[in-house]
Amino acid sequence: MSDFNNDFWSVYVAVITIASIVACAVFLKALSSKRVPGSAVQTMGHVWDGDLEEYNNPLPKWWMWLFYITIVFGIAYVVLYPGLGSYAGVYKWSSQGQWDKEQKQAAERFGPIFDKYAAMDLKEVAADPAAREIGQRLYLNYCSQCHASDAQGSRGFPNLTDADWLYGSDPQSIKTTILEGRNGMMPPLGAALGEEGTKNVAHYVLSLSDMTHDGLRAAKGKDLFGQNCAVCHGAEGKGNPAMGAPNLTDRTWLYGTGETTIIETISKGRNGHMPAWKDFLGEAKVHMLAAYVWGLSNRPGSQ
Amino acid sequence: MQQESTYNYRVVRQFAVMTVVWGIVGMLVGVVLAAQLLWPDLTFNIPWLSYGRLRPLHTNAVIFAFGGCALFATSYFVVQRTCHARLFCGRLAAFTFWGWQAVIVAAAITLPLGYTSGKEYAELEWPIDVLITLVWVSYAIVFFGTIAKRKVAHIYVANWFFGGFILTVALLHLVNSAEIPVTFWKSYPVYSGVQDAMVQWWYGHNAVGFFLTAGFLGMMYYFVPKQAGRPVYSYRLSVVHFWALIFTYMWAGPHHLHYTALPDWAQSLGMVFSLILLAPSWGGMINGIMTLSGAWHKLRTDPILKFLITSLSFYGMSTFEGPMMSIKTVNSLSHYTDWTIGHVHSGALGWVAMISIGSLYYLIPRLFGREEMHSVKAITVHFWVSTIGVVLYIAAMWIAGVMQGLMWRAVNADGTLTYTFVESVKATAPFYAIRLAGGVLFLSGMFIMAWNTWKTVVGAKAVDAPILQPAAAH
Repeated sequence: MSDFNNDFWSVYVAVITIASIVACAVFLKALSSKRVPGSAVQTMGHVWDGDLEEYNNPLPKWWMWLFYITIVFGIAYVVLYPGLGSYAGVYKWSSQGQWDKEQKQAAERFGPIFDKYAAMDLKEVAADPAAREIGQRLYLNYCSQCHASDAQGSRGFPNLTDADWLYGSDPQSIKTTILEGRNGMMPPLGAALGEEGTKNVAHYVLSLSDMTHDGLRAAKGKDLFGQNCAVCHGAEGKGNPAMGAPNLTDRTWLYGTGETTIIETISKGRNGHMPAWKDFLGEAKVHMLAAYVWGLSNRPGSQ
Repeated sequence: MQQESTYNYRVVRQFAVMTVVWGIVGMLVGVVLAAQLLWPDLTFNIPWLSYGRLRPLHTNAVIFAFGGCALFATSYFVVQRTCHARLFCGRLAAFTFWGWQAVIVAAAITLPLGYTSGKEYAELEWPIDVLITLVWVSYAIVFFGTIAKRKVAHIYVANWFFGGFILTVALLHLVNSAEIPVTFWKSYPVYSGVQDAMVQWWYGHNAVGFFLTAGFLGMMYYFVPKQAGRPVYSYRLSVVHFWALIFTYMWAGPHHLHYTALPDWAQSLGMVFSLILLAPSWGGMINGIMTLSGAWHKLRTDPILKFLITSLSFYGMSTFEGPMMSIKTVNSLSHYTDWTIGHVHSGALGWVAMISIGSLYYLIPRLFGREEMHSVKAITVHFWVSTIGVVLYIAAMWIAGVMQGLMWRAVNADGTLTYTFVESVKATAPFYAIRLAGGVLFLSGMFIMAWNTWKTVVGAKAVDAPILQPAAAH
């Protein structure tokens, strides 16, 4: 076993363990078998602090037996289960083995339910009421922490119930997002643009969605936008789902809107991280989740 | 030397009074935390008062400030009385008082500021760790120095437990707090990964075993027979359970790390020795409770005995519950739930606090030349208020813990989890309310005690009793 870098330590642990458990029994036996002199219970004959004395009552029988039983149990346990160095125990039990076994049992029991849906098209799955229920249960356990129980998200965590999609609205894109995760990185441009430039770009961005803005600043910001932002957000600011660059012309704002917030976003950048679920949940469960999430903003079965 | 004719009660008085003060502070922080679990915005998002910073303050305050002062006070009192000798090196004893108070104040400042080594029950940063070491070594010198100058041949059983507690805590502190300072307020442990976890819980569990058990058993072995006016039930039992207790506790730490990266063999040893620990623990309870045989009637009228005997009942309960929770199958349900919190408080409030309170009610009047506390009736009220408080607290946490464990493992027919985590939090809320009520009751009891102590002490004269001549050997 890798716990020990050589056999010596394994033997060392095993010997000390057995000796220690046995020592408890020997000690108990030695101290309980000495007979109490005389029939009546007497004090030990020592007096402290005026009146502190000690009787020498025999050990309660039931208590001794309790002690012995736990010792016997202890020895039996380390014979049956791992406990003596690298000796695996009669049952060959290990926590890794128990986990593997439970995973296997779960896969056998629940696997067919998910396999059935895994073979179906995502839109078909989304149209199946039973599948939607499973999807919702998975969603509430694994996704609601960030995207909220009602899937409407919160600041920095996209709303999954609207029609706006950073990485594409088709069910397969959603599935890819869940399987592989996403890293939405907006680089900090404050240093490149300078304070004035940042403000001007912010006003240009505000103008894209017809929000209150300073026209003069927006005009000044247009070129800067073209030079610094259009690479990802496109010349018209309509975004690019291939890299998850948001559309800036709509009214959906992941980190909030308004001059101050947009300036903060431009100057400091943003980092959105969606974790990958492929290894944790497996593809079959992600399939259910993708169908469920797609179904939140589409009417499954209607097309 | 006139001084050598009396016991050194000065340092005992100082620690005894501070026990009451720190008890109130520590438990008040506990009540705030319990309230924060119900109302998370209670402290207006002030970082210094956030749950994560107050929680270590609470544990440090109740264990090391309240419990620590109680142990210093009683051990200094008991070792003098049972050795028939004045405390060794009064100056060093005075240093342990001021040093320990400095540690507590430093903890109360640094923990809310966020300075922490991140090790549970050992959060204090390295400069404070150094001070703790100095105080503790001085404590050992004072205690064992007094033992060395004793006027009686036999060392009384209470002193075995106090001595074991002092030596082991020194060892635990030195090993677990081994750390490399980076700046004045930041250090990193010398261990890493699973070794760090193992060292941490070897420390953590033995802090329970030696600080919160052996030390308080020392207290029990003096104050129970004294208050009951009866001899200790069985010398032989005390020998067996003392050695068995200090030997087996050392092994039990890994039960805090079931189903983790800790190797299986180490987890098994933690479980096996926790089970073997049951009988040695109960040995102390039996010896304490049976000391009362022939004097049971005193329980009806004596509230101090009520405290002492009830604390032993809670001790017995907790030390049954502990081994049970160390069984892997049980632990897989109980771990990470509020059951653990309930278990800890049945030990901390039921056993540690109640034995300390009972002992202090015996101790305080004697330190100030009075027969008994200002109001015996107030002791009775305190007893009932705190008993009801503990029962509410631990019953609420048991139910909440088992419920959480069951909710977390419940699965639907498709294998998905039946409950989301937040649903278990929501279901726990009523029990958090009951727990808060229990905590408030226990804290109110401490205020009654503070009032009673004030009334006893004010106007009374600090008295150092003359050293008693040892009884002639039979």
